[in-house]
Amino acid sequence: MEELIYHLTNILKEVSGYIYPNEIELHWGLLIVIYPYLTGLVAGAFILASLVKVFNVKELQQTYRLSLLTALSFLIIAPLPLLVHLGHPEKSFEIFLTPNKSSAMAMFGFVYAWYLMAVLLLEIWLDYRKDIIIWASSEKGIKKWIHKLVSLFSSDISERAIKFDKKAIKAITIIGIPSAFLLHGYVGFIFGSIKANPWWSSVLMPIAFLFSAMVSGIALVLLIYMVIYSWRPKGINMQCLDKMASYLFYVMIVDFSLETLDFIHRTYEAEESIKILAELVGGKLFVSLVVIQVLLGMIIPLGSIATAKLFKMPEELRKLIYFVSSILILIGIFSTRWNIVIGGQLFSKSFRGLTEYKMTIFGLEGLLVSIGIMLSPILILYVLTKILPPWEEVRNP
Amino acid sequence: MRNNESSEKQNRRKFIQHFLFACASFIIPGIIGAQELVRKVGTWVLKNGYVPSEHHWGMGIDISKCIGCGRCVDACKKENNVPKEPFFFRTWVEQYRFLENDGVVVDSPNGGINSFKAETSEKNIIRSFFVPKLCNQCDNPPCVQVCPVGATFKTADGVILVDKEYCLGCRYCIQACPYGARFLHPETRIAEKCTFCYHRIIEGLDPACVEVCPTQARIFGDLTHKASPLVRFKRMNNLSVLKPSLNTEPKVYYANLDGEVR
Repeated sequence: MEELIYHLTNILKEVSGYIYPNEIELHWGLLIVIYPYLTGLVAGAFILASLVKVFNVKELQQTYRLSLLTALSFLIIAPLPLLVHLGHPEKSFEIFLTPNKSSAMAMFGFVYAWYLMAVLLLEIWLDYRKDIIIWASSEKGIKKWIHKLVSLFSSDISERAIKFDKKAIKAITIIGIPSAFLLHGYVGFIFGSIKANPWWSSVLMPIAFLFSAMVSGIALVLLIYMVIYSWRPKGINMQCLDKMASYLFYVMIVDFSLETLDFIHRTYEAEESIKILAELVGGKLFVSLVVIQVLLGMIIPLGSIATAKLFKMPEELRKLIYFVSSILILIGIFSTRWNIVIGGQLFSKSFRGLTEYKMTIFGLEGLLVSIGIMLSPILILYVLTKILPPWEEVRNP
Repeated sequence: MRNNESSEKQNRRKFIQHFLFACASFIIPGIIGAQELVRKVGTWVLKNGYVPSEHHWGMGIDISKCIGCGRCVDACKKENNVPKEPFFFRTWVEQYRFLENDGVVVDSPNGGINSFKAETSEKNIIRSFFVPKLCNQCDNPPCVQVCPVGATFKTADGVILVDKEYCLGCRYCIQACPYGARFLHPETRIAEKCTFCYHRIIEGLDPACVEVCPTQARIFGDLTHKASPLVRFKRMNNLSVLKPSLNTEPKVYYANLDGEVR
């Protein structure tokens, strides 16, 4: 308590203009920035995977399993920042037991459970089932039992069963696309439906969240693909990489258009809140919004990828451009989440003043915990690739 | 062979059915139970014989009467054990000063609890007034709409309360309140707000802030009783509510409110 009071007293000195006294404490911090970032990566990675199964993009076959595993490792961690942030995490199960029907947030548990159980786990299981059974039959010791357990002790690899698996995967992917839209569009709705906050309240929010999610998810898989495959004997497949970069580019165009539309719409309508929002964007959010989100995270990667494609640059240069661009994009989308979540709380709902967000290093809501949460999916992905290798060469014909 | 297969299929179907029932049995009692509880809230009778559904509470605030003494803020903090630090308020008072150059200065040092310094040296102030603020006990409350577990709810008498047992401390309600009327209690980690001093009004008393106001700038009463002081206040004054465009339908009515107040 004393720590909090000391922290708030320091922030009080940074307040400019007038803000309601209860607004000095900023309630949704770094952890709530991470939550939509992680779910966005999940949705994006899954949609990339679905390109292979539903739209038959053959070039991306190599990334199919990798995308699914990436989506799973990030999805497992996604609820963690929410849980850590709660004042009473021990009561969190109430969201399942006594959900308030009118609350967007109450739907979280159900949307999450649906996506994890009915979509991701099921699709991964069906896709790997045959391989796991075959692996288990030739393995010994603990590995055999892990694979037996993961296959849920199924053993049927008759032609009929495999045919069914394939059909089921296609059906699940088709259900999975709207589900991925739901998972992340719904996160956008949590913010977009708050009429009290003009920075959030926008009908475009869910759809802008969705497209930025796809951008970040594809960039993440592209990055992971490049890092992993440059160490693997087969090396990076340039066709696959080019295709991913193309999809990344198209989705970015849509995302950028949506953001621009939002900007034009706001400035053209120039509602009551426009003055304070302009002050926010021109001041406290200038670096994170204009410089990092728009310039570094959007315009530069867009321009670079376009140039690389247009002038048919040599392979090594293209690789470098894709690599750097996807890192910039990942930072840019993180910044997007930051600007939405933190930015939306920096101005007073009296529209008369601005407050400050000071990140702490230690403590549950501090920087260290957040870094831990952000890195843990990578660790999970590493373990998953050991249990369920996503490489094409180990796939059984 | 065929027989075996079909019985296997039936077994599988049975298993899936049972599995789904088992899953549902975890969730459904809770959902039904919660809805029952919400329905019952409408017919509650409290131990002392108070019947919420017979009342509909509201507050009137006459801006022209408020002298910014801050006694209401002080009384509220004492009555409701609100932390004394300047970041937690169930009610606070704002000062508005209009300058010659069309500028407006708004402030509320420590919520106005220690009153406001008279700034006689400032010659360019052309007009000034005080605005007491509190939870507007909206009839269409955004905080109740967003609460994921229904911890914050509207009672039959129109007051918005928070159930301490249920509140998760997710703070969605704080984000959804357009008036900045909510805060997270630093010790209990639970959302807090003005309750119209619910423990007092069910005993037939006025809220603490109304009780101590030396100028009767705050009027409390029952909107359904024709003889209540609030109904009279509503009849005698030109009224406005805060942020009417958000359609929250506040039950805190301001008389002589300036358009600059948000």
